[in-house]
Amino acid sequence: MKNYDAIVIGAGHNGLTNAAFLAKAGLDVLVLEKNDYIGGATVSRELHQGWKYSNCSYVCSLFRPEIYQALDLGRHGLEVVPIQGGATFMENGDYYGNYHQPAVRRREIARHSKRDADAAIRFDADLMKWCRLIRGFLLRTPPDPTSFKWRDAMEFASLLKAFYELSESQIYEFIRFFTMSIAEYLQEYFESDVILAHFSGGSIIGTGLGVYSPGTAYVLLHHAMGDVDGNVGSWGFARGGMGSVSKAIASSFKALGGEIRAGAEVKEIKVSGRKATGVILASGEEINAKIIVSNLDAKRTFLNIMNKKDLPAEVVRRAENFKIRGSSGKLNIALDGMPDFTALEKGSPLTLGHMHFSDSLERLERAYDDWKDNKWSQDPYVDLIIPTQFDPTMSPAGKHMMSVFVQYCPYDVEGGWTDQKRNAFGDTVINQIANHSPNFKDLIRHIEVRTPREIEAEVGLTEGNIFQGELTLDQLMFNRPFPGYAQYRGPVKNMYMCSSSTHPGGGVMGAPGANSAREILRDLGKENTTPEDFGDD
Amino acid sequence: MTESKTMIVIGAGHNGLVCATYLAKAGHKVKIFEARSTAGGGVSRHQFATDYYVAGLAHVLHPLNPKIVKELDLVGAGLKKGEAINTISLGHDGRHMTLGMDHVEATGLSVEDAAAYKAFKKEFRSYAKALEPMTMNKPPRLKDMDGKDKLTLAQLGLKLRFGLGAASMREFLRVGGINIYDVLNEIIDDPQLKGAIAADAVLGHHMGPRTPTTVLTYLNRLRGEIYGPQSLPTAGEGNLTMALINAATKAGVEIMTDAKVEKIIIKDAKATGVQLNSGQEYLADMVISNADAKKTFLGFVGSQELDAMFAKRIDTTRTNGTVAKLHFALKKLPNFKGLTEIELKQRLLIAPDMRYLEHAFNHAKYGEYSENPLLEITVPSLADPSLAPKGHHVMSVSAGFAPYNLKAGWDKSSSVFCHKILSLIENYAPGISAQVVASEILTPQDIEQQFNVTGGHWHHGELTIDQSFMMRPIHGAAQYDTPIDGLFLCGAAAHPGGGITGIPGHNAAKRILAMKGGN
Amino acid sequence: MEKHDFNQVLQLSPFHERIDTLGLMKNWTSWNGYQTARIFDTLAAEYFTIRSSCSVMDMTPMEKYRITGPDAVTFLNRLVTRDISKLKPGRVTYVVWCNDDGRVLDDGTIFHLGEDGYRLCSQHHQLDWLMISSLGMDVSIEHETHDIAALSVQGPTAYSVLAAAGFTKLDTLKPFGILNTQLNGFDVMISRTGFTGDLGYEVWVDPRHALDLWDAIFEVKQRGLYDVRPIGLDALEMVRIEAGFIMPGDDFNTAETTIRAGRDRSPFELGLDWVVSFDKPYFTGRRALLKEKTEPIKRRLVKLLVEGNKSPTDSFLYDGKNGQRIGAIKSNVWSPILKSNLTMADIEFIKGELPKEIWAEIYYQKELEWKSTWAKCSVSDLPFWSHPRRSQTPPDQF
Repeated sequence: MKNYDAIVIGAGHNGLTNAAFLAKAGLDVLVLEKNDYIGGATVSRELHQGWKYSNCSYVCSLFRPEIYQALDLGRHGLEVVPIQGGATFMENGDYYGNYHQPAVRRREIARHSKRDADAAIRFDADLMKWCRLIRGFLLRTPPDPTSFKWRDAMEFASLLKAFYELSESQIYEFIRFFTMSIAEYLQEYFESDVILAHFSGGSIIGTGLGVYSPGTAYVLLHHAMGDVDGNVGSWGFARGGMGSVSKAIASSFKALGGEIRAGAEVKEIKVSGRKATGVILASGEEINAKIIVSNLDAKRTFLNIMNKKDLPAEVVRRAENFKIRGSSGKLNIALDGMPDFTALEKGSPLTLGHMHFSDSLERLERAYDDWKDNKWSQDPYVDLIIPTQFDPTMSPAGKHMMSVFVQYCPYDVEGGWTDQKRNAFGDTVINQIANHSPNFKDLIRHIEVRTPREIEAEVGLTEGNIFQGELTLDQLMFNRPFPGYAQYRGPVKNMYMCSSSTHPGGGVMGAPGANSAREILRDLGKENTTPEDFGDD
Repeated sequence: MTESKTMIVIGAGHNGLVCATYLAKAGHKVKIFEARSTAGGGVSRHQFATDYYVAGLAHVLHPLNPKIVKELDLVGAGLKKGEAINTISLGHDGRHMTLGMDHVEATGLSVEDAAAYKAFKKEFRSYAKALEPMTMNKPPRLKDMDGKDKLTLAQLGLKLRFGLGAASMREFLRVGGINIYDVLNEIIDDPQLKGAIAADAVLGHHMGPRTPTTVLTYLNRLRGEIYGPQSLPTAGEGNLTMALINAATKAGVEIMTDAKVEKIIIKDAKATGVQLNSGQEYLADMVISNADAKKTFLGFVGSQELDAMFAKRIDTTRTNGTVAKLHFALKKLPNFKGLTEIELKQRLLIAPDMRYLEHAFNHAKYGEYSENPLLEITVPSLADPSLAPKGHHVMSVSAGFAPYNLKAGWDKSSSVFCHKILSLIENYAPGISAQVVASEILTPQDIEQQFNVTGGHWHHGELTIDQSFMMRPIHGAAQYDTPIDGLFLCGAAAHPGGGITGIPGHNAAKRILAMKGGN
Repeated sequence: MEKHDFNQVLQLSPFHERIDTLGLMKNWTSWNGYQTARIFDTLAAEYFTIRSSCSVMDMTPMEKYRITGPDAVTFLNRLVTRDISKLKPGRVTYVVWCNDDGRVLDDGTIFHLGEDGYRLCSQHHQLDWLMISSLGMDVSIEHETHDIAALSVQGPTAYSVLAAAGFTKLDTLKPFGILNTQLNGFDVMISRTGFTGDLGYEVWVDPRHALDLWDAIFEVKQRGLYDVRPIGLDALEMVRIEAGFIMPGDDFNTAETTIRAGRDRSPFELGLDWVVSFDKPYFTGRRALLKEKTEPIKRRLVKLLVEGNKSPTDSFLYDGKNGQRIGAIKSNVWSPILKSNLTMADIEFIKGELPKEIWAEIYYQKELEWKSTWAKCSVSDLPFWSHPRRSQTPPDQF
């Protein structure tokens, strides 16, 4: 029986990234995946013949270019095409169009409010300030604020230094941004309802918070801090769907000598003498390794595949209390043709981007109120894209694939989910789209409706939370996943975490995987193969 | 001995009185201008019907910080300790829950929950204590700190790291920025108990239990408990306002009532005095405003004397109140189901569970009032019989989630709302409606009008993180001094915010006295 | 409801028909969202049109705001660093405005239009800042960029051309003065203003009469009296540097768009001390600027003459050859009329003093072969070029 240097549990993008950097340092690495396919939530699957869906994550911008470069993902087949356009459709039949041409976009904002068109300049500059600051922390390990260790102190010093490069008022403005609700933050800039609604959508995606909940302004940043070729805040689409991302990382990993086994579910991490020594598969097979890395979320890692008796009571309690709330649903739809949108002129470039149907903060907040009461939103926030307009690989020619992300959809509905309720949820979303697109329903050929239940069951994201843990202050930076365990090391020796449950959190970013690899290699005394932030002065 | 200066304090609320007294005791000539005909602001006797009074807008008090009580010799000035009271959360089904500072009692309450409550209060009071260096000093600046700022931060760091210890400090850093809902769900099962605790975190704020930062608002409220238990205020001898007035007068402060300030006179970017609405001008070396920030900067000073973004930031502070105050004159003592007369003297809550509170808050978000609001009820005449004719009583109700900007308009809705509140109470106290001989409702708009507080907000502005500490009311005016030379803030708009604490007044006075020496 | 044509990326000015015909190079760019010519024909010809005869430039895209209401003066005085209460009706003045920290947001001009209030012209979009600044004031702010067409008529024969086109009473119009008059039955406003450091006027008209105005001016050329030619942004860029005018975005980063702390500039740092008055009511940034006054000078934007003929574009500057690096060249031009390299340079002071000997290290290429050289520099306190006829009233008739 072969002994590996390291086993990574879960072939999601972070697990693969982690494994690739370990392999790059010369380690003999095995990645184990419970599903028959790799990718986790970063996946493209053909569920209807001829159509490929990005079943879970559907767009890409957060993925760190440093990792992309270091793992040579371009040569391994990854291509991220910037998304242009997008619109928010209004109840009155009008729309806000997020035109890709700056001059046209400016005129479009001015059509709704002249003042907002100018305020957008101030807003963009301010957001960029916070993006710059945050991005510097993504590829770093959070320091422990209670520690007196030299490394933590130095890490804190570098954090403080970054702050001190801001002016005094910028420091306060940053704290405000970090703690405010997106609604109240945006209202310091904009006045038009539809502009406010359009810009705030990104701040509730994936979270159990509403637009008026403090802390959501940061979530906006979490979505805006990515970039596609230096275009901060712009989103990209992986050609071939999100599965292309995991495929490229897997390919890079294999080229570095790594090994992946799909259909190999880990049942337990073996611990002896407070040291992780290997894993036991569902098949009963045991595999030993010097290092065990879990890419499962914090709840699954500590409550499902580890033994309570091997863990400190505090970790078990923290894992039980870890907030990982399902709040999102997803519809993947195969279409016979391109739907028309009533509000848009024929040939409008806006359909190339993200489309939404919530035109006021109040509607967004009411969607959240439903979720708080364990109901799916009756008037949900929808993030809709039709990537087959520019990606020829995901549907037959002339046909289309529509990806519909839905906020909010609870993990628990009253009385529990049934197939009937799942379909009713799907109908709510379909009707909302159909209100703005009369021929949409007729074009539908196949629909995959996913509530948090399905996301949990298939991908293994607890409660279907797309970030593997809420992005609230109690679960960010040195609190992620738990206070005292934010440096990727588990509570037993030789055991590590690399999932989105760790800093800097969810999104297809790769940073947790890379950061975790850096700590592992450090503990092993190996050369660091993970990249540093490109920096920006 | 520094040179004696002339100082004007605008507003004779308790913070204005505290601040003025400190300054006068340091040898300065201090004059307070109060727009209303009595001093005391929210803690002054308020008549709402012929022969019926309440002791003040605030109907439950915690003791002032002992340092302030001692330094101003308020006991010598006549301050008497109020009688300690508990909180009783009224259950719809007659299950009343009594909450003291550390103990909780109710039929069917589990031993685990009772223990959890005790542990929770202890842990959270220790957080509130650890924050004391931050509370009792000017908020430190985060760049260009002076010695005092560094000291405050060092004290805070030491209290957090060693006062609390690593485990508690981590826990504090974890929960400090989140909501009370998640915290309570982690440790307590009983819905009514969670509702009663959460009520303290949300009453007076535009927040529901699930709103992040309700842990901080809860800590803010809990701070009062460090100094002692809550009590009902009295309107007569021994009450807080009277003691503050006595102390102020003794220190040489001159209090002018019915003296409404119209504007602060600015000469060459320096505050040089005030002009009253009578047109009369009073000159001074310094002007200290106990009014809220909007009224001070945009009303008294005027935006043309301020930097544009500063003025805008003041203007966008969130100051809309969410609590309506209702006063009822009663023919006799009300009869609450299952409550004895002694229990009636406690602070009563209608906050059956967190979901109830969250639903009540939902309405406020959309400019509606809730039909099932959070209520805090007291019968002040039990503590102070002088408030009503013999045998009669008054009942005071704070109704949460009554938004300042009601979509339907308060003009049309306030009497309907008043009626709905009474019928809600009727469920718990059958027959009470028939006992009402007079009533008054003060919506946030009425409080704004009558008490000169913009938005009618309890705290002169929401206590969210972005409006707290070195960002209260806004950064650039968070250390009690303002961009205008000679103009200071000393009220609830400044750190650490509202509640009857006297702390903003204390901190402002210390700041003013230190600046004169230091600058 | 109003929809717009997304295929028309840039807006067309009311002069578009004529500009399109004369723009032989079809060399367009965006100026505030308007399709604007960089060069009509050749740069050299356009430059010398400005300096030797009469140039016409479409100024419509310049941002224009109308300020009216009882608090208009209070508002403007609080906005800009200059004392606007001294601006008389019918006069124009150059202004800058700052954020709270005393960092420059933009520069522009204020026109006192008499009973019609004030017009503020700016380089960048300012409605957001103007609205923020109007808080608590009884003032109305109207964005009127699209409602007013404007032509800048500049050059030694500008007066003669306009007179020949039919404008009367121009002879008494002094620099920074405004004249309201009529041409062929429609209302025209003329101000003696411009960016060229030479004699020149700006003519303002309702867009409906834009083409009539254009034709009236160019008819002077048709009649064979004077040469009149349109010029593009590139020629304007040359003469504005000669005239010593700074350009936000080129010579300094405007405060609103500055992301990295310390990369914005105060009016003092831009050499605009002369437009900052502390002897007036409070204005935004005053406190910060007063404080800056008490501190040693950190840096200045200076007019810097670079010896030789090698283009110093983007060059670093040093305190002495091979000395300490002290700054960099911002905008620069080879002046055909002065045969010199004229630049705007951002220079860090050493202990509050301007470095004594400034050298530029210039990288340049000939036929793709790169070389480097050192050039000595000298600071010019006055505009590099300014002609007496700029302010002569009445101007010479050609």
